[in-house]
Amino acid sequence: MKDPCAHCEEMMQPYMDHVLTDAELHEAEAHLAECEGCRRRYKFEESLRVYVRKAADEQMPAELRQKLAALRIPLD
Amino acid sequence: MEADAEDAQRLATEARDRVRFEEDALALSDQVYRVARHLASSREDADELMQETYARAFRSWRSFQPGTNMRAWLLRILTNLNIDRGRRQQRAPQMQPLEANDYYLYDRLAENDDGVSDEDRVVERLSQDDIVTALSAVPHDFRDVIVLVDLGDFSYADAAQILDIPVGTVMSRLHRGRRILKRELAESALEEAT
Repeated sequence: MKDPCAHCEEMMQPYMDHVLTDAELHEAEAHLAECEGCRRRYKFEESLRVYVRKAADEQMPAELRQKLAALRIPLD
Repeated sequence: MEADAEDAQRLATEARDRVRFEEDALALSDQVYRVARHLASSREDADELMQETYARAFRSWRSFQPGTNMRAWLLRILTNLNIDRGRRQQRAPQMQPLEANDYYLYDRLAENDDGVSDEDRVVERLSQDDIVTALSAVPHDFRDVIVLVDLGDFSYADAAQILDIPVGTVMSRLHRGRRILKRELAESALEEAT
């Protein structure tokens, strides 16, 4: 039989992306309920995704905004 | 005379539609930039790519179908231009990036931390620079899907359309790309720790 933690790891990304089937979701949740190690790792993945998003978020420079507006085609 | 009036009417309608299109496209520029910034290799590249994209979009506004996803349409133009710029040449075709398993980063960070109790704190050991650098180290094919789906909130189907690849390829690249990103992050975080 497959190591349940290894199987849970395989399901982590699809779980976070909400693309597991109902049966798989049930299986993942049942394992997470009893395995603290996997629970922590899932929680870490969740925090990591939020953190990566935040860290990578860069505002568009104001100068570029003006340059883009200037590219509009003038009305005849 | 009547024909002239019809012509004038048609031109006025077209001008109004074009102005509205331009306004809508400009209103999306912040969101497009967030994605473009990490599809491009540098801030300068992102800046140029944005200008080329908008110049092309404004020229070919008639090919946009109203009611469809304009952000995806703009990013389709942007990714095509990015490829045209020869970005793909940077990729060595034989390169198979190493990927760790999904728990690798957590395990590496946790083993350097006595008594890890709060997962948020583990994440905070990574700096913003670590993340931006690690993201730029992920090979383009994998990075494109991470950027579109995880940073740009595009669905698998939208990402597939933008990149002109099958949905299954989006899913497998996303899965591997995230693992590669975590390996890169583990390397930079552990480098700092030593």
